[in-house]
Amino acid sequence: MSGWRLDRGGEIDRDRPIGFTFDGHAVTGFAGDTLASALLASGRRVLGRSFKYHRPRGLWGAGAEEPNAIVDVTEGGVTTPNLRATLEPLREGLALRSVNTWPEAARDRHRLLDRLNRFLPAGFYYKTFMAGGWMRWEPMIRRMAGLGRLDPANAPPADCAQINARADLLVIGAGPAGLAAARAAARAGRAVWLIDDGDAPGGSLRWRGGDIDGGPWRDWCADTQERILRAGGKILSRTTLWGAFDHGLYAAWERRCGAPDRLWRIRAGDVILAAGAIERPLWFANNDLPGVISAEAALRYLTLHGAVAGRRIVLATGNDGSYPVAAALARAGCDVTLADARGDTPDAPEGVDLRRETRVTGAEGRDAVARVRLNGVLQEADTLLVSGGLTPSVHIFMQAGGRLDWDAECDALIPRAGSASMRVAGAANGAFALADALAEGHAAAGGAGNAPRAEAAGDWGVLPMRPDPDAAGRQWIDFQNDVTLKDVALAQREGFVSVEHLKRYTTLGMATDQGRTSNFAGLAAMAGLTDRSIPETGTTTYRPPFLPVPLTVIAGRRRGQLFDPPRRLTLERAHRAAGAQLREYGGWLRPAHYGDDEAEAALREAGVARETVALYDASPLGKIEVIGPGAAELLDFCFFTRLSTLKPGRARYGLMLSETGIVFDDGVTLRLAGDRFIVSASSSHVDGVRLRLEDARQDRFDPARVFLHDVTAHWTTLCVAGPRARDVLRAAGVPVDLDDAALPHMGVTEADWNGRTLRIARVSFTGERSYELSVPSRHAEWLESLLAARVGEAGGGRIGLEAVLTLRAQKGFILIGKDTDGLTMPQDLGWPNRREDEFIGKRSLLTDEALRNDRRQLVGLTATDGGAAFTAGAHLVPLDAARRSLGFVTSVAPDPGAPHALALLESGRSRMGESVGVFDNGAVREARVIAPCAFDAKGERLHA
Amino acid sequence: MQIFPCPFCGPRDEREFHFATEAGKPRPEPADKVSAEDWAAYLYANEAPRGEAREVWLHLTCGEYFVMTRDTLTREVKGSETLPGRRA
Repeated sequence: MSGWRLDRGGEIDRDRPIGFTFDGHAVTGFAGDTLASALLASGRRVLGRSFKYHRPRGLWGAGAEEPNAIVDVTEGGVTTPNLRATLEPLREGLALRSVNTWPEAARDRHRLLDRLNRFLPAGFYYKTFMAGGWMRWEPMIRRMAGLGRLDPANAPPADCAQINARADLLVIGAGPAGLAAARAAARAGRAVWLIDDGDAPGGSLRWRGGDIDGGPWRDWCADTQERILRAGGKILSRTTLWGAFDHGLYAAWERRCGAPDRLWRIRAGDVILAAGAIERPLWFANNDLPGVISAEAALRYLTLHGAVAGRRIVLATGNDGSYPVAAALARAGCDVTLADARGDTPDAPEGVDLRRETRVTGAEGRDAVARVRLNGVLQEADTLLVSGGLTPSVHIFMQAGGRLDWDAECDALIPRAGSASMRVAGAANGAFALADALAEGHAAAGGAGNAPRAEAAGDWGVLPMRPDPDAAGRQWIDFQNDVTLKDVALAQREGFVSVEHLKRYTTLGMATDQGRTSNFAGLAAMAGLTDRSIPETGTTTYRPPFLPVPLTVIAGRRRGQLFDPPRRLTLERAHRAAGAQLREYGGWLRPAHYGDDEAEAALREAGVARETVALYDASPLGKIEVIGPGAAELLDFCFFTRLSTLKPGRARYGLMLSETGIVFDDGVTLRLAGDRFIVSASSSHVDGVRLRLEDARQDRFDPARVFLHDVTAHWTTLCVAGPRARDVLRAAGVPVDLDDAALPHMGVTEADWNGRTLRIARVSFTGERSYELSVPSRHAEWLESLLAARVGEAGGGRIGLEAVLTLRAQKGFILIGKDTDGLTMPQDLGWPNRREDEFIGKRSLLTDEALRNDRRQLVGLTATDGGAAFTAGAHLVPLDAARRSLGFVTSVAPDPGAPHALALLESGRSRMGESVGVFDNGAVREARVIAPCAFDAKGERLHA
Repeated sequence: MQIFPCPFCGPRDEREFHFATEAGKPRPEPADKVSAEDWAAYLYANEAPRGEAREVWLHLTCGEYFVMTRDTLTREVKGSETLPGRRA
C-alpha cells in the first residue's frame, strides 16, 4: 500500500464516493476518477500479471499508452474484456477483474513461472512446441498466456452511430499546440474541428498549468474554445483520432458518458497534428515492478485526481520536465529524492533532495517497489517515478505516409516536414517546452501576429537515456509483451536485426500496446547492439488503429438484421398470415413452406402442383426492361441464345455467358414488342446481369438506341401452376383469351384489368401448365387474395420455394451456381453453340479446354439400391476402379417414391444407363445415370 | 477511403464504385480469327502499372462506366472522363 488521496484539490467530487470491486476486493473512488486514479489512490499496486512470465504488474501511465493496467470490466452483468483502466471513467456498479491471473492478481497461481525465465527466452515457443505439432500445445499455452476473457453473454447492442463529416481544418490534440493552432485558425475565420482524447481541452496544461498571454491558462483555453465555436468550429473531447486513411479521411472514436459511443469519419481539408508525446521508461534491473510509474503520469494523477503515487518517492530522470513533478509531490507532503543523471541541472525544487549524476540501477521488492538502488546504493522507497525522455506521438503522421528524421537535441525521431499531407506542432514535433509548443501551433495554422505568450521555459535540457546491455539484472523493454533487453540481444545474435523481424521474433511492440512505451527502447537497444544509429535502425510500420477500438464502434449499426438485410416481398404480410415459414433465398426473404414440418410440407405442396393447382410468389424473378431500336442487337451480343429471332408476344429460355465461356445466368426473356424486351434474370443475379448489359450498351453499342431499366421491385409476380391453372384464371375473370391457340406455352400477353396493368407469361419452372401473372406492386394484395381464393376453390393451395425447387429438379431445370459451377459451359448442359455471329464468351467455347470430351456434364441420377435421396454435394466415384471424383450431386428431389438427383458427371452424357458410385456420408451407393429430366420428358403436362 | 470523380455525378466515396477493366484493351474478334494466345491475353493479362494507370470503372449508383486515370502508388486521382464518344 503506498498510493493515497489528498484531502482537497483535483477535478474529483469528494461528496460523491463511488464503490467498485477489483478482483473481488471493495475499493472506493470518487466521481471524476478514472479506474486507474481510483486504484492508485486506494493503494492497490498489483493490477495484473505479465503476458508470459506472470510477473506482477502495476499502473504505469495515465492515458492510451498504458501497457499494464488492463482489466475486464463487468457492468450490468455484461463483461467487456481488456479495457485500459486509464481511459475508463469510474461509474457506479463496476466489477473489475485483472487479466491473465488466477485467482487474482495479487496471488496468481502461475507466479512461480517467472523463476523459469532463463528457460523461456524469446522464440521459446517457436523452438520448443513444434515437437508433436503446435496444435497439441496451443490450448495449454493459451490458458497460461494472454489478456482478458471474452464473455459469451456479451452481445452489446448495435447502437454506435457512425457519422460522416467534413472539416476545413482538423486539429488533432487540444494541448497547448493544438489550442494555439485552432485559435489562430478561428481568428482567421476558419471552421476548425478540434479533437482530443482527454476529458476536457488543455492537454498537459491541465496538470502542468502555466500562464498564457499574461493570465491563467484556463482563461486562455476557455476564450479559445469560445472563438472556435463562434467561427463555426467543433470541439470533441474524450475522442481518440485513431486512423488516417486515403484521400484525407480520418477516423475518430468518441466515448460518451451515458450514451453509445460514436465513430466519426472526417474528411479533412488541412490537418494539424498536435498529439503530444509519450514519456519513456528507464531501464534497470526489475524496472517492471509495480510502483515504477511514469513521472508525468504521477503529476497528472496528483493534479487531476488528488491521487498521490506514494509517500517515499524516488524520481529518476535526465530532463528538466521532471522538476515540476518533484516540486508538486514535495508540496503534497511526499519525501522526494530527485535522481538526475546529469551533472548540470536546474536548481533543486523546494523540499526536494536533488542528487546530481545519479542513476537508478535497480529496484527491489517482492511484489512492488520497496527499495531503490541509486548509483549502486540501496535506499528505502515505496515508489519509483521515472522519465527516460519523451517520444513524440507521430502515429497519425506515419499512417498518412510520413517520414521521420532524427533530432539529437530532443533525442527523438520527429516528423520530416512535407513528407505527409499534414503539419505537425508541439511535442509531437519535438517542441516540448510550453512557449515552443504555442509558437509552433500558431505558426502551423498560419496565425497572424504574435503567437500566444508563455513564460520562457528555457531549453528543455534532455540527456539521452538508453538501455545498457552490460548492466546487471533483467531490464524490461516491453512491459505488456514481457520482452527484456536480453531478448533483444538474443534476436540480434540470431540474425533478427531488422526492426520488423525483431518485432515478430520477440513480440516487442505487438498486441494492444503497439509499442507506445516500448518501441523506442527496442530500436535504441538494437541500434546499440548493431553499432548503427537509430535512424539507420528504422522503425516498424505504423498502422491504424492508434489504440484498440471496440469492434462495436467499427461495426456501428450494421450488425444483426442490418448486417446484410434481406429484400422483402410486397406480400410478406399476406404470406405470413397464410402460415408461411420464411427463409432467405438469393438475398430475398421468401416463403419456404407452409406449416411446421419442412420435409413433409415440401412434398405435400409439390403434390398440390402436380395434382391440382398451386400458387406461389415469383416476384424476385428479375425484370430488366430492354427498350429501344437497338434492344435486339444488344441482347444478341450479351446472350448465348439468339433473341433477335424471337417474335413479339413470345418468350425464350436462354443462357448468358462470361467472356470465359462459363455460364453466368439463365432465364426467360419476354418480347413484348419489336423494341421492347423483359429479361427475367435469376433472382439473385439481377444486378450482375443488368451491369453486364450496361457494359455492352455503353462500351460497344450506341447507348442512345437502347435503354435498360430494372423494374424487378416494381412488379409483383404470382405463379399459378398445375393441371387446373387455366380454370383458376378463368374463374378469377382474367380479361385475356386463355385458349392455347391465343396464349400457348411460352406465350406472353398484356392486358388492362379494370385499369390495372396485367402481364401474363406462360413460363413453367415446375413442368406443369403454368401462368405467371405480373401486376404493379400496388395491386399485389388484391391479386393475391383473388387468386388464392380461386386456387382454394379449385382444390389447390399456396406452396413455398422448397416445393418449387423439388418440382424443378424433377424436371431437370437448373439453378445457376447450384447445378453449375465455375467450370460449366453451355455444351455441358446440352447446349452446343450453333451461332456464327459474335457474342460474349464465344471465343472461349473454341478453346482446347472447351472441346475436351471428358468435361463434367449435367445428368440425372436415380438410386438403384432403393434407398433414400442422395445428399447434395456427394461425390461421384467409379464403382470398379481406383476411387477418384468424377463429379458431384448438385440437387436432389427427395420424393420418397422416386428420389431424383441432378449431378455434374465426367463424360456424363456418354454414360447414360451406366452405373456410378455415389460417395454419400461415408458409404458408396450405386446410382444409374439417366437424363436430367425425370418427369414428363415429352412436356405433355405443359399443355394438359 | 478514396474519393473518385464520376464524370456524371461528381466526387463520390469509393464504395460506390467497381473496377471494370484496364482501359485501352480492344476486344479481339471475330472469335474464329482470334488466336488462343491473344484471347488469353485479353482475358487475363493486365499491365497493373506501378504509378499512373488508366482504368475503366463503374459508378454503381448511376450505372455509368467511365475512364479514370490514377496513380496506383500515391492513390492520387488524376482525372476521369466518359467513355469515348459519350458526353456527361
